[in-house]
Amino acid sequence: MREFFDMGGYAAFLWPSYAVTLGVAVINVIWARRSLARAMAAARRRLAAGADS
Amino acid sequence: MNWTWFHRLGSPPHIYRLAQQLTPWFAWPAAALILTALYGGLVLAPPDYQQGDGFRIIYMHAPAAWMSLMVYTTMAVAAAVALIWRMKVAHAVAASCAPIGASFTFAALVTGSLWGEPMWGTWWEWDPRLTSELILLFLYLGYMGLRGAIEDPQRADRTSAVLAVVGIVNVPIIHYSVTWWNSLHQAPSVMRLGKPQLSLPMLWPLLVMLLGFTLYFVAVLLVRLRGEILLRERSASWIREVVGT
Amino acid sequence: MDEAGNSALPSGAAPVVGGATVWADAASVLDAARLVLERDLQLAMRRRGQLVQPLAFFAIVTTLFPLAISPELARLREVAAGVLWVAALLASLLALEFLFRDDAYDGTLEQYALSGQPLTGLMFAKTAAHWLLTGVPLALMAPLAALSLGAPAGSLPGIVASVAVGTVALSLIGSIGAALTLGIRRSGVLLALLTLPLSLPVLIFGARASELAIRGESYLAPLELLAALAVLGITLAPLACAAAVRISLE
Repeated sequence: MREFFDMGGYAAFLWPSYAVTLGVAVINVIWARRSLARAMAAARRRLAAGADS
Repeated sequence: MNWTWFHRLGSPPHIYRLAQQLTPWFAWPAAALILTALYGGLVLAPPDYQQGDGFRIIYMHAPAAWMSLMVYTTMAVAAAVALIWRMKVAHAVAASCAPIGASFTFAALVTGSLWGEPMWGTWWEWDPRLTSELILLFLYLGYMGLRGAIEDPQRADRTSAVLAVVGIVNVPIIHYSVTWWNSLHQAPSVMRLGKPQLSLPMLWPLLVMLLGFTLYFVAVLLVRLRGEILLRERSASWIREVVGT
Repeated sequence: MDEAGNSALPSGAAPVVGGATVWADAASVLDAARLVLERDLQLAMRRRGQLVQPLAFFAIVTTLFPLAISPELARLREVAAGVLWVAALLASLLALEFLFRDDAYDGTLEQYALSGQPLTGLMFAKTAAHWLLTGVPLALMAPLAALSLGAPAGSLPGIVASVAVGTVALSLIGSIGAALTLGIRRSGVLLALLTLPLSLPVLIFGARASELAIRGESYLAPLELLAALAVLGITLAPLACAAAVRISLE
């Protein structure tokens, strides 16, 4: 297990690489869902304003 | 040839529902493929003869670089379709692509640099592939900057679409000129961003990872696309059903 | 609007070139393009101060490098080609601001778009005028800058040739960025961000050609690549430029 994390001495380069790329992947998912939620909220507001006028 | 299917693709409510339904069909297989590739690349694949375990960075760097180019191409094709057929949905696709592509270009640069340090001994080399990635990042940032600077949404869509098409024509030219430039000054001792000899147990996780990230891209795109469509839709009737009040 | 279809232009803009002829009445796109070219050149001649600015900028930027690096000509000669080209690229960028600004402001651009002449041809004419007013002077000034950076006299023809051809491509690529950022407030930096990445191949080949000239070697290969970029630009850039102008006028 220790050897696995050590990655033949390249750990300091390898694990940050995985962290950055997988992190970007996760952030993109969160970001996309947030922007969809915001668009839906904006649409709801527009509809409510339109319906009331 | 019946082109109804193509024109239906231009219908926002149709695309919205399609995107909603299709997302899980891309998201879950993507996750499964990426996890499989992670296991294959980190655990199963043997260390490289020259680079030892360090070569495993390829399983992150190559997909990131692949994403950066594939997403830009998608963005440019969508932009071209939007300009030619005047499809709002295509503009929405292009807008959805930009943040995804830019962030993965960033990841490609970081992983490229991290891979380079143990291989070259420096955190940066003007390696043709990394230099091209850097320029690609500038292209993305320019696209997003242009979009942000124009207030009118329709004009923003169409202006940035022209930029995307101009950009994609330039990408091969830029890549060629950067490679040409780099080859002029290549000191024999500098190693290009390592291409380890890939045997089959090392290769299959890479291919699976590339496929997994491609499906992942479609899934994320579909989510963003829904939001972008909503932003561009003024007519209330179909939105009401979808969004609830 | 008077009979010839000209809207009252604010003073400082040129009266219509060639009497009452408007571009729409021109017999062919070539005639219209020639009118546009002449108009731009005439207008620029009235504002010679504006013409000099990019050249002064070029001179200043070139001067920055010896001050920042070293006065030794031997050292400067090594970086001369690169310094020259970065300075030329930035000066060319600066001059782009003037390409469309006045025409967009006084409505001439709209007249071009509405004239019924192919906008692509008219945009090509404007870009050609821009090159004549910016690129050619830069190409003529480049030898001076090169000499000041330690380049040998024999390298000057090659340097002039590379800058002359390269600035053709730069004007064309720049016209796209200028058209895209029309009407955006304070668009200078955005224009640079858009144009510079697209201009990098020109920089690479142009600097290489100049470098080879300075070394006394044959600079034909990169010069030919520069020419290829210029030709590609001539074919495609006015199209994109016209499309962008139309979009911004809507």
